[in-house]
Amino acid sequence: MTVYVLKRLAYIVAIMAIMSGLVFLSTHALPENTAQVILGDYATPETQAALEAKLGLNRPLGLQYAEWIGGLLHGNFGRSLILEQPIAPILWAALAKSAIIAVAAMMMISIIGIALGVAAAVNYKRPFDYIASALTYVGLSVPEFFWGLILILVFGSYFQWFPTSGYSEPVDGIGVFIAHLALPVITLTIGLQAHVSRLTRSSMLEALDSNYVRAARARGMPERVVIFRHALRNAMLPTITVLAQDFGFLIGGIVAVETIFAYPGVGRLLVYSLSRHDLPLMQAAVLVITAVYCLANLAADLLYGVFNPRIRYGRAVD
Amino acid sequence: MAAPSIEDGVAPSVARRRRLPAAVILGGTILIAMILAALMANWLAPYPFDQLHVRDRLTGPSLAYWAGTDEYGRDVLSRTMFGSRLSLFLGFAATLIALLLGVPIGLVAGYYRGLVDELLMRALDVVMSFPSLLFVMLILAITPPGLMKTALVIGILFAPPVARVTRSVTLDLMTGEFIVAARARGERAPYILLREILPNAWPAIVVEGSLRVAFAILLGAVLSFLGFGVQPPAADWGLMISTSRDFVDVAPWMAITPGLAMSLTVIAVSLLGDGLREHLDPKFRSTR
Repeated sequence: MTVYVLKRLAYIVAIMAIMSGLVFLSTHALPENTAQVILGDYATPETQAALEAKLGLNRPLGLQYAEWIGGLLHGNFGRSLILEQPIAPILWAALAKSAIIAVAAMMMISIIGIALGVAAAVNYKRPFDYIASALTYVGLSVPEFFWGLILILVFGSYFQWFPTSGYSEPVDGIGVFIAHLALPVITLTIGLQAHVSRLTRSSMLEALDSNYVRAARARGMPERVVIFRHALRNAMLPTITVLAQDFGFLIGGIVAVETIFAYPGVGRLLVYSLSRHDLPLMQAAVLVITAVYCLANLAADLLYGVFNPRIRYGRAVD
Repeated sequence: MAAPSIEDGVAPSVARRRRLPAAVILGGTILIAMILAALMANWLAPYPFDQLHVRDRLTGPSLAYWAGTDEYGRDVLSRTMFGSRLSLFLGFAATLIALLLGVPIGLVAGYYRGLVDELLMRALDVVMSFPSLLFVMLILAITPPGLMKTALVIGILFAPPVARVTRSVTLDLMTGEFIVAARARGERAPYILLREILPNAWPAIVVEGSLRVAFAILLGAVLSFLGFGVQPPAADWGLMISTSRDFVDVAPWMAITPGLAMSLTVIAVSLLGDGLREHLDPKFRSTR
């Protein structure tokens, strides 16, 4: 197990190294370099050359890369060109705000997805099952940003129940804090719970059809116990896997959702830095998101091992 | 639902000739209608997609503008119809690229196994370890945007899952007696791969491909929504929805029509894919 975790960590380090190289080179492939972004449209060749020399942009690429990585390892992400502030505090604050909606959404996705899946399986081929299946299809086929817009229309503009953009600190009132989270979290939940409920439904159907469930029923167990203790517990394994995968989708979804709800998280920071060509901010955001993604995948795989005693990591799992 | 065992004595092609699932017919009909509308947008659309009607800016649905107008007075319905061209093209082009890259990799990995397989699969693992949206955004942000390039990047990202599916089918088929026979005849690898394996692997590949079309359309829409895909004034669904965000209180129709068109297209493609999976290959269960 330890060997497996160490191997996976080494793998993550390799991925991060590739990504950092890619990000670093990509910023040098841009039509405009850092000096031009700072100087704006009024740059003369002389001022630009002077600034490039001052920033060390005319030194060898390898040296610049090594310096950048060295800084990163010391927690120094450099300064944002457009915001004109050190990046680290901005980045960590944005990451924390994204984590709030990610965790809230994951909880909603697990609860609603599993509940819907179990209910659909128990009501197999009855109206509830068909309605749930249709909803699953719609949930999977409509992208987050369109859900977000519909929710803004209905709950923001029409009913005016929730604010449609921004973020509020918990110290300014817990109600306002939650109200700001509501629409982004609901948007993320609608799409991703569909994966979970679809898979829970099919593995529940399989479990309900198994001999151990038949045996439990034959012994006169109450249906509630059969469904939750015998069937669901065995059906949970694929669900856990898909929940873990969904975390990857969630990161993609968060970028769109934060943009549409103007939520100050790391996804919006990334879009901002990319569209404004704020190179140091963009490098930092891309790397941090990649790291979170890799670590989440690792956590998911380890969790899977905990829930499935038949899998013992240490040898190749296909 | 076990099939009767007489199927064992029947050629697979005969056993497969069952009625098409309703999902395939429904999805296929919607998709064909969408493709026809996209191809004939020049004649069907009431207005050119970029024609401005400055005096009719942000007007609601009416007889003149069935789906209302946008902030420049452009007809939303016409723009939605022209927009289907971009989305459908992106979906199919990206999938084609993914198939052209992924299928050969999968075939080779499944055929040779051993070290070749190991190397190819680990390389794919690396590609799949990157958060895909992030990767595409980075590429599109640092180079000038373009529809073909978006399709290419998405195609490259979608190649690994296609390769995996192809590989697992190939591994499965390699144990078949017809492969043993072909080898005994002294056939070479290219012949076995192209004439024996590929014809038997295509159901799984078609199913995977159809699901990829849906994913590619969605990913393309998100990219243009975020501002990294097709650039204005092009009529693109993601872009139209993105612009509508600022006018959501005064002109909600700006988002509704392109959003519904996009959702309908993706639902149609997914129905088609799921139905085909059920129809062509009941044994094949996606690992997704």
